[in-house]
Amino acid sequence: MLEIKDLVVRYGGISAVKGISLEIAEGETVALIGANGAGKSSMLHAVSGLIKTASGKITFDRHDITGIGADRIVSLGLVQVPEGRQIFTRLSVDENLRMGAYVNRDKADIERNRARVLDLFPILKERAKQSAGTLSGGEQQMLAIGRALMSSPKMLLLDEPSMGLSPIMTEEVFGVLRGLKDQGITVFVIEQNAYDALELADRAYIMETGTITLEGKSSDLIRDERVKAAYLGGDI
Amino acid sequence: MINSAYFMSMLISGLKLGSIYAIVAIGYSIVYGILRLINFAHGDIMTIGVYIILMLMNQAGVPIPAALLISVAFSVGVGLLIERLAYRPLRDASEETTLISSLAVSALLQNMLQMVFSAQRQPFMLPEALRTTHKIGIVNLSTINIITFISTAIFLVILHLVLTKTRIGTAMRACSENLRAARLMGVNVNRVVMTAFAIGSGLAVIAGFLLAGEYKTVYPSLGFVPGLKAFCAAVIGGIGSLGGAVTGAFIIGIAEMLFAGLVPTTMTAYRDAFVFLLMVIVLLFRPNGLFGGSETARS
Ligand SMILES: Nc1ncnc2c1ncn2[C@@H]1O[C@H](COP(=O)(O)OP(=O)(O)OP(=O)(O)O)[C@@H](O)[C@H]1O
Ligand SMILES: [Mg+2]
Repeated sequence: MLEIKDLVVRYGGISAVKGISLEIAEGETVALIGANGAGKSSMLHAVSGLIKTASGKITFDRHDITGIGADRIVSLGLVQVPEGRQIFTRLSVDENLRMGAYVNRDKADIERNRARVLDLFPILKERAKQSAGTLSGGEQQMLAIGRALMSSPKMLLLDEPSMGLSPIMTEEVFGVLRGLKDQGITVFVIEQNAYDALELADRAYIMETGTITLEGKSSDLIRDERVKAAYLGGDI
Repeated sequence: MINSAYFMSMLISGLKLGSIYAIVAIGYSIVYGILRLINFAHGDIMTIGVYIILMLMNQAGVPIPAALLISVAFSVGVGLLIERLAYRPLRDASEETTLISSLAVSALLQNMLQMVFSAQRQPFMLPEALRTTHKIGIVNLSTINIITFISTAIFLVILHLVLTKTRIGTAMRACSENLRAARLMGVNVNRVVMTAFAIGSGLAVIAGFLLAGEYKTVYPSLGFVPGLKAFCAAVIGGIGSLGGAVTGAFIIGIAEMLFAGLVPTTMTAYRDAFVFLLMVIVLLFRPNGLFGGSETARS
């Protein structure tokens, strides 16, 4: 479904992503784990068309999406839940959801998606008219995910969805991701919270300073000594 | 001692000036909100609009409403062209770069107007019907003043509805808060920016028409200083905030007219300086303007 080939991202002279390749099949849930500054967000920004790629090729659903506009990528069904949630704090919760459906012009379809999202996150229904900036961090993450689901994406990219959340909220977020996985949505989740990510994902990649250093089935990686030492804090 | 009728007439002039500034300030504000670009050419769009109206009325005998409409359409085109040629290539450049670029565009437009229409002032007289005054209580209101107040109110209400009730309006607000997140929603930023320029340019022509009617003349730099004052209004209100821009515009309009009416005649020439001083004072106490929130994540 998503294929990244030899992707390079540069800021000025510095390479943040140094030629990485990865592939995610339809219906798969894949995690990418890496420390701060590894280049995870840079890679995702390139995939979503927010920044230019220095070289490499990105293919989604058989379309070459390298260098095409961010709006066209969303229209193709590849939607990102960005790092730090990035909800529109001055817009109401409901307006945030409607922004999520921006590429969809079918009113009935939007209403159906809205009902589905509000079913999934009942708290958003109570807060619908409130300005989104008044939500708690966990609620904002729910809104960010709900907003992304408003366009019925084929594939979801999540950039550190558990960042800054309490253990309880983190569990809830991963519960939601598990639900999406069960619905058959292709999910690519970036995390520093390696344990939860590996528990969720079918496969995973490990990224270090701009390159992929390890990949494999989650069940193997979770037992890998190097992964344990670097990302799982020794014994678990 | 000033009498109440004199005071009322100054207040009305101030409200009228405030209305004109408000319409212009909105253009500055919506563009700045989305692009963090201070479009100094905005005031010159106003001037272009007035020249087009003048030409249509004098040389082709087109009636005012039609001339206004044609001029709005033309000036929207000019605004979009400027955005496409001068600002879009600089989308990722610093605020300073785009600021300098917009000053250059402004100078270019004024020079082009000079080449086409000459630097001479040309009379711009509103028809008699618009200038007749009506006595309402102790105040005298001309037809054009009444039209100014009503049309400003209508434009503000329409703009508010567009921004809060429509898809593109919501996208404009989303873009001005977080451009990157808006792009992740699939918003085509160019389209939103073009909408902002179109709205701003169209409104600028209306303001230019009212302003030229007030000055009774048109010249190539007509819109520049009022444009700067409208920019001050947007800054005082908190640039990017529409309610702020409108409030700032009325504060400036009224303060300017009161200043002009109350100081000795030898000092009325300083009314422009007074407006800029007012902005500096407000910014000393409220660096983000009266209604300006703090900056959120950008780019
Ligand atoms: N806009 C930018 N300009 C210059 N350098 C940048 C920019 N964005 C990121 N970088 C640099 O690129 C490298 C990778 O950053 P990136 O944000 O992709 O890492 P990350 O893996 O997402 O980190 P984190 O886990 O902290 O979010 C870092 O060294 C960072 O400083
Ligand atoms: Mg990151």
